[in-house]
Amino acid sequence: MSMIKCEINGLPVSVPAGTTILDAAKGVGVTIPKLCYHNDLDAWAACGICVVKVEGSPKMLRACATAVGPGMKVVTHDPEVVEVRRTVLELILSTHPNDCLQCGRSGNCELQDLSADFGIRDIPFEKRAPEIPRDTSTPSIVLNPEKCVKCGRCVLVCQEMQNVYALEFIGRGDGTRLAPAADVTLEESPCIKCGQCSAHCPVGAIYEKDDTKAVWDSIKAEDKHVVVQIAPAVRVAIGEAFGYEPGEILTGKTYTALRRLGFDAIFDTNWAADLTIIEEGSEFVKRFAGDGPLPLITSCCPSWTDYMEKFAPDFIDNFSSAKSPQEMLGVMSKTYYAEKAGIDPATITMVSVMPCTSKKYEITRSDEMFASGYQDIDYSITTRELARMIKQAGIDFPALPDSECDSILGQYTGAGTIFGVTGGVMEAALRSAYYLITKEDLEQVEFEAVRGMEGVKTAEIDVKGTKVRIAVAHQMGNVQAVIDQVREARKKGEELPYHFIEVMACRGGCIGGGGQPHGATDEIRALRTRGIYTDDEKSKLRCSHHNPEIKRVYDEYLGEPLGQKAHELLHTAYTERPLYKK
Amino acid sequence: MTTIAGKEKMLTPEIEAFIEKWKGKPGNLIMVLHRVQEEFGYVPRDAAFEVAEALGIPVAKIYGVITFYHFFKLSKPGRNQIAVCMGTACYLNGGQDLIDECERILGVGLNTVTEDGEFSIEAVRCIGCCGLAPVLTLNGEVFGKVNTKQMRRIIQQFEGK
Ligand code: SF4
Ligand code: SF4
Ligand code: SF4
Ligand code: FES
Ligand code: FES
Repeated sequence: MSMIKCEINGLPVSVPAGTTILDAAKGVGVTIPKLCYHNDLDAWAACGICVVKVEGSPKMLRACATAVGPGMKVVTHDPEVVEVRRTVLELILSTHPNDCLQCGRSGNCELQDLSADFGIRDIPFEKRAPEIPRDTSTPSIVLNPEKCVKCGRCVLVCQEMQNVYALEFIGRGDGTRLAPAADVTLEESPCIKCGQCSAHCPVGAIYEKDDTKAVWDSIKAEDKHVVVQIAPAVRVAIGEAFGYEPGEILTGKTYTALRRLGFDAIFDTNWAADLTIIEEGSEFVKRFAGDGPLPLITSCCPSWTDYMEKFAPDFIDNFSSAKSPQEMLGVMSKTYYAEKAGIDPATITMVSVMPCTSKKYEITRSDEMFASGYQDIDYSITTRELARMIKQAGIDFPALPDSECDSILGQYTGAGTIFGVTGGVMEAALRSAYYLITKEDLEQVEFEAVRGMEGVKTAEIDVKGTKVRIAVAHQMGNVQAVIDQVREARKKGEELPYHFIEVMACRGGCIGGGGQPHGATDEIRALRTRGIYTDDEKSKLRCSHHNPEIKRVYDEYLGEPLGQKAHELLHTAYTERPLYKK
Repeated sequence: MTTIAGKEKMLTPEIEAFIEKWKGKPGNLIMVLHRVQEEFGYVPRDAAFEVAEALGIPVAKIYGVITFYHFFKLSKPGRNQIAVCMGTACYLNGGQDLIDECERILGVGLNTVTEDGEFSIEAVRCIGCCGLAPVLTLNGEVFGKVNTKQMRRIIQQFEGK
């Protein structure tokens, strides 16, 4: 790669060709303010706060969208530049409502931070904050266009990264607002509820639907037995809300915090991930042996199943009918656990803590989510909401001792924990499928080929002479290529390119979920991912079929994997849906 | 993939042939929307969805374009179309008052159509007759130096015609 030499504020810089002024400056310890730019996205260069002076250029240039050139001399900070930036900020603030104190992003807002850094005290422009109603139609996220600074991130995320095109800029100039097209609510639009728009929004214009009040009410209600579960990706990210480095594994402290919040039983979604693997792994082995359509496609990501039902309904038969871990734990709590513990399932409130906004949608997505005779999961809250609850309760998270989760739906293997990252479900399934096919355990359980941030990862796995072709895709927009490949082969009647496909809607998998602490970049995703793999490496048991609590649940309650009882409780179905509801 | 369930076809065979001809060419979306508006006087919602499907473009992109250009209309205009200029000169000379008066007389707001389908009001940008500000057009006929008192009479001229 060719290197470019240039100068930033008199400091010599040498960076690879194509590096932006913004990134080059970061390398020499200079922070140029930004608002519309996000590392995951192409520069949209909408806001103008990142302007810098470049020697020989008559006008100031936008550092986020300008690559450094050889010999370029850049000045990032002088009184004139700072004044321009201040004016940009004042103009943005003049159209922004002032109710920061009631805003979900207060204390964690990129606009607030800029305003604080620039020491803005009053605005010399006429205040013209628009009045646009909120869109609260989905169970997952809320659009509050009044707070929108028109940075363009959500539209780029929804269109370019996720390929959903639910959101678009409607109108132009001053009247521009972000919204679904064609006068529909978000719920009636193609939106798949991934929440990636909310994760990327710099301000409080898109945020998770807050269900914490309902959870507090259940905890307070005397006659409720409130059960909680935490998803794999929560444990490696929740610390970020309390000053830890991303990726720090905080399972034990999180259990303790949940207990102190007043939950009556603490379970772990990782246990249910092991259960999902037994069902889905068995399903794969069955289909691979010729009984049922291939490729088998994973279905534990509800944004992905929603996408498929809308954009690729010709793949419905390929979906694993196994429910997601969240749902499996819900139904097992209100049946098996209720029975064993002698609790009336009608009095159980089941709460899940997920990295995900889509899980709020999943809990009522179809009749099968009521398999226990009740709504299997009552409330699904995000990592961000749990962090808020912990703070509200005055719990000093870092000072907490570790504790264990409760038996009988808690113990997990390393295979369960890696569900939180892209490739993890595939890897966990392969560990058990290998055993189911060969009746032998793998010597080495790691499958490097499915790990990492490549958008689509493919491999051919050797199962004692039999070749299993697999593909793993993450970040919704990347799945299209895989779908097209399979369609093409089908059309031509050729050999299928893959037997088994894993898809997760979010970049990096659930560790990068739409409900995780704000500010995820690839660096942060890498740290969270490392945390997940470390949790796996530290586990004594690394394969779902070794989990004694899973073995017990089949012995005592479920019978055979894919058996009748398992089918009633642990499987679901899919149906074609139109992109627009009206 | 179904964009929207259970709708009758709106696009005429001629428009469909037009789309076929333009498919894959640069700038086709604007051309097609232009053609649709020529046919219906606006871009009906169902037509926009059919264009999306025919061109393989997300509905959101189509609406992005329709709402970006003032030229495109999303609702059926009245049989008589009142366009009040809100360019700088007209704005300074009371353009807004004319709009307010129209709204009062017709009982409908900007960009809406009276119940009987007779009149619609829209605001437009400078139409190049700044010397006559404030200006409005009714079915393309220009009225200059209009004051609010004249509004009712101008409208009456077109009523039932
Ligand atoms: S939740 Fe996902 S699909 Fe829905 S608008 Fe946001 S980015 Fe688009
Ligand atoms: S909603 Fe948020 S991400 Fe989307 S344009 Fe507005 S400020 Fe940017
Ligand atoms: S990848 Fe994970 S966090 Fe993202 S939508 Fe799917 S299940 Fe939710
Ligand atoms: S951050 Fe560069 S223009 Fe917005
Ligand atoms: S401003 Fe109205 S005609 Fe020019």
